[in-house]
Parts: sequence; structure tokens; C-alpha cells
Amino acid sequence: METYWHSVTLDKNLCKGCTNCLKHCPTQAIRVQKGKAKILKERCIDCGECIRVCPYHAKKAVADSLDMLKEFKYSIALVAPAFYGQFSKTENIDVILSALLDLGFDDVFEVARGAQAVTAKTKELLASGELLKPAISSACPAVLRLIAIKFPNLIANIIPLKSPMEVSAEQARREAVCKMGLKPEEIGVFFISPCAAKATFVKGNYTVKKSEVDGVIPIKDICIKMSRSVNKIADENIRELRNAGKSGVIWATSGGEAETTNAEKVIAVDEIHNVIKLFEDIEDGKLDDIDYVEALACPGGCVGGPLTAENSFSARSKIQRICKYIDDDMLDLDEKINMFWDESIVYRPIMNLDPDINVAMQKMMEIERLFEGFPKLDCGSCGSPSCRALAEDIVRGYAKETDCIFKLREKVSALAHDMIELENLNMHLAKSDETEEK
Amino acid sequence: MAEGMKLHFEVNGDDFTRAGETSSKVKKTLSQLGFNPEVIRKVAIAMYEGEINMVIHAEGGDIDVEILPERITVVMKDVGPGIPDLDMAMQEGFSTADHSVRELGFGAGMGLPNMKKYSDSMDIDTKIGVGTTVTLGFVAQG
Repeated sequence: METYWHSVTLDKNLCKGCTNCLKHCPTQAIRVQKGKAKILKERCIDCGECIRVCPYHAKKAVADSLDMLKEFKYSIALVAPAFYGQFSKTENIDVILSALLDLGFDDVFEVARGAQAVTAKTKELLASGELLKPAISSACPAVLRLIAIKFPNLIANIIPLKSPMEVSAEQARREAVCKMGLKPEEIGVFFISPCAAKATFVKGNYTVKKSEVDGVIPIKDICIKMSRSVNKIADENIRELRNAGKSGVIWATSGGEAETTNAEKVIAVDEIHNVIKLFEDIEDGKLDDIDYVEALACPGGCVGGPLTAENSFSARSKIQRICKYIDDDMLDLDEKINMFWDESIVYRPIMNLDPDINVAMQKMMEIERLFEGFPKLDCGSCGSPSCRALAEDIVRGYAKETDCIFKLREKVSALAHDMIELENLNMHLAKSDETEEK
Repeated sequence: MAEGMKLHFEVNGDDFTRAGETSSKVKKTLSQLGFNPEVIRKVAIAMYEGEINMVIHAEGGDIDVEILPERITVVMKDVGPGIPDLDMAMQEGFSTADHSVRELGFGAGMGLPNMKKYSDSMDIDTKIGVGTTVTLGFVAQG
């Protein structure tokens, strides 16, 4: 099993050790120890919820910077459709893409084009009737990680198609090789990302042997640098760069991707806690009649990603307006591009208490016993997300019973009581000694 | 042989939205114990169907789960009206659930057939006016 590299990390200097991220993490991957948050790497799915809720901005996504462009002869910005919703003063995709070129990229490529290709393939697969129902979209990397650790029974339901980002990267590189006569490795492909989990996927090469993306640059970092140029760009510098259709651009918002499949019974779920609830229902066999499930970890879809700059509602509204003015032409990708995963997702049973079921059962009974003694307030003061999680942590050897402040108070009070008893006994003995002496 | 683990749950009879809570808890427990995901899925689906039945027909009841490394047994006991014709009840699509229940998307007549389909053994003890006890067995290893 490979080691886990994570995009989501903690800046210890900024962390106050509060319980905001602790309580909000959908996979209970955070603990607060010695006054600082700690991410349990094997549990983290890089959904970015902690980045969103941290009031002190101590949670960050490690990604790449524009400096990396220097390492390549030719660089291409791979633009997520969510990027088009980030600028309050323009809805013109050509303006946005032209301004992006000013930052030093040699070319741009719209991921919306890859999204259109994925949609076309998805339609084909849905029509074949060979997919296990409900078929689950593979687009969201955090959702794929979630399935890998919590929903092993749903792995077979995922449509094993590469993400729009991956197929777009491959197409962009192929086109640049043809156009510029360069070697593939001389070309740098950089994803302009709303998403923290994408960085993890690219570096970890999940579902592909080797990612075609060379770097992941957060949308918010780019927006700061572009905010002026996008508003002041001269008309003669606006180039006709847009060529993706609206069925690709609409993927930026929740519901868009599901709509483009034209499937009869679809469900579009967004926000990671909602996704978990829906997946529970799928696991219980309640949704076997549904054709297609779009599941996105971020509220509102990719426009709600933790690396975006604009609030997700404005961005959504902007994307919808853009989709009204653009047509739905589609440029096919190179036929040689393999749209399917190179490798499947593997179940990682990280919640297991012990490899031996007998030992695990004993541990489980100990958890129940400890849990019964806790106040069940789920206050988080102990550093675990709930009373039950604390009981589990104790049994796993990461915590102790007196980490619970109520247990600690009970113990201090019992100790104080014992000391007073002891002192009273001493006084009593001393008194009786005195009387004896008399 | 180690002692089995026993879990007890009470199913609330007047709340559809809570049906499924028990199967969800059992699912989580089994997964932490490291049972095979396919076994967990079968237990979860069969238990969920049973829970819904208890809510629709019997105003709730009690569920006892016994977990052994090689076998999981789920006993679902209610003091409801009992099942008048068991052969009919076992047929797919047969349902005595009333209109209001069907409006909610339940009562499709797949409850008992699904419980049988997803369990490795099923035993039903039912008496009119006394209640019904369904015992589901699941083979966990192999």
C-alpha cells in the first residue's frame, strides 16, 4: 500500500486547537492533541471541509505555484469550468482565457471540453445497459476517496471513466506536441483548480498509472494575479480561445453533469455529508431503480470548492448566465485517448479495530463500556470528535479516559474527597493521641 | 471459542424517518469489526426491510443481534397483528400495507422476499393477534 500524501495540511502556528474542524470532518479524520489539530492521514479524503470551516485559516491545501512554469519549454493552463464564475465584471470566457495567457502560459485548454467527452462516453455506457445501477459518477476525487474508505460495496457502481481533467490534459499535450513539434515531457500542463483533492489525485496518480497533469494551481492564487488584467484587457488582446460547449461548462455547478447525461432517473447530490447519507441509502438497496448519481463533495458543486475565490452562489449564477450565451458545439478528443481508468479503486478498511475479528469484538465491547460512562455531550474538549470516537481512540491506544474533562472532574473530585477523608482521619487520630497523653 | 457480541435495539413504531437507524448502526459496528463488505451489505439490506415491516405493520418492536466471527443472527420481534397467510406474504409484490404507507414509497411487497433473498436462513414464527418473530441468519466466513 502506498503512503498517503495529502493536499490538505495544517499550519500549526495559526491553529488555536478549537473544535471547528474536529466537529465538521466527515470521516472523523481530525484530533486535537496538545492544543493543535492533527490530521489522521489514512482517514482524510481531502474534501476540504476543514479549510472551509477554520476561522483562523490554519488549514491549507498544498498545491503548486506559477514558478513551476519555468521548468517547461511550453506551458498550458488547463482551466476548470468553475474558473469562469470567479470574475464579477465579466462573463466573457475569451476575456478570461486571454487574461490568463498574460500570466505566462503559452496556451490554454478548457477542461469543459474533456467534460463533454466524458459525458458522451457516459451516455454510451448508460445506453449499453451494462452498468450496475445506480451508476455513480467518477468525477469528484474526494467522493472516490470516500467510497474507498467507507463504501466498499459501491466501488462496483462507479463508472470507471477518467476525470475530465485527466482526459483534457492528455488531449492538450497531444495537440501541443503536434502544433509545436516538442517532446511530450517539454510541455507542462497545469490544472487551474477549485479543488484540493485534485492535487492529491495528481500527485498520487489515483485511477491512472501516471497523471498527465504536471501541476495544480489554486484558482484563488490565479484570481488575485488576474483581477486587474481581466478588467483592463484591451480589445485587440482578446483572442478567440473558447471552444467548449455549454454541456461541458455546466459541470462547474451541481446538477449540471447529471443533466447532460439525459438519463431518465438521476440524482445529483452535493456537500460531503449529504453524499454520505445518500450512499448509505444506496448501500441499503433503497435506490436500485436510479440510473445515474452525480455526487460532488463541495456545496454547490465545483464552484463551491475550497480553492475558489468567489462565493459559490455568485459563481453559480455566473455559470448559468454564461451557459445561456454559448452554444453547445463539441470538439471530439483524439480517438487514441483511453477514457477508462488504468487501475480501479481499492477498498481501504481503515475503520477496522483489529485484523482478528475475535480481538476486534473484545475491543468493541470495551468501546461500548467506556462510551456508557461518558456524558454523551460530544463537546470535543477531549480532542476527539465525539464521546464515541473518544472511546474508540482509547481502545486504539491514542487517548486516555481522563482526556474527557467530565471524567477528569469526577476523578479530581474523588481524589479531593479521599484527601479530605484522610486529613479528617489524621486529625481524629491526633486528637485521640492527645487524650491518651492526658 | 470467544464469546459472541450481543446488541439490542428498540424500533420506534411511529416514525418512518427513523426506520433504518438500527441497520445503519449494525452496519457501522460490523464494518469496524472487519466483516466482509458483502456480508455487511446483506445484513444491512435484510435488516432495513425488517425494520420497515415492524414500523408499517406492528408499531415497532425489538431487534437482537448476535455477532460471532462465523455467523450473524438477527432476531426481529414484534407484538403486532401477525401474518395471516405466510405463503402469500412471501410472494414478491404482495402487500397488505395501506394507501398512506404506499404514498410514502413503502409497501411494495418486497419486504419478506428481500429478507429471504439477502439472508442465508430465515425463520418466521407468527401468531395472529400475538405477534411475529423473524430470525435471520448470515454466514460470515467462507
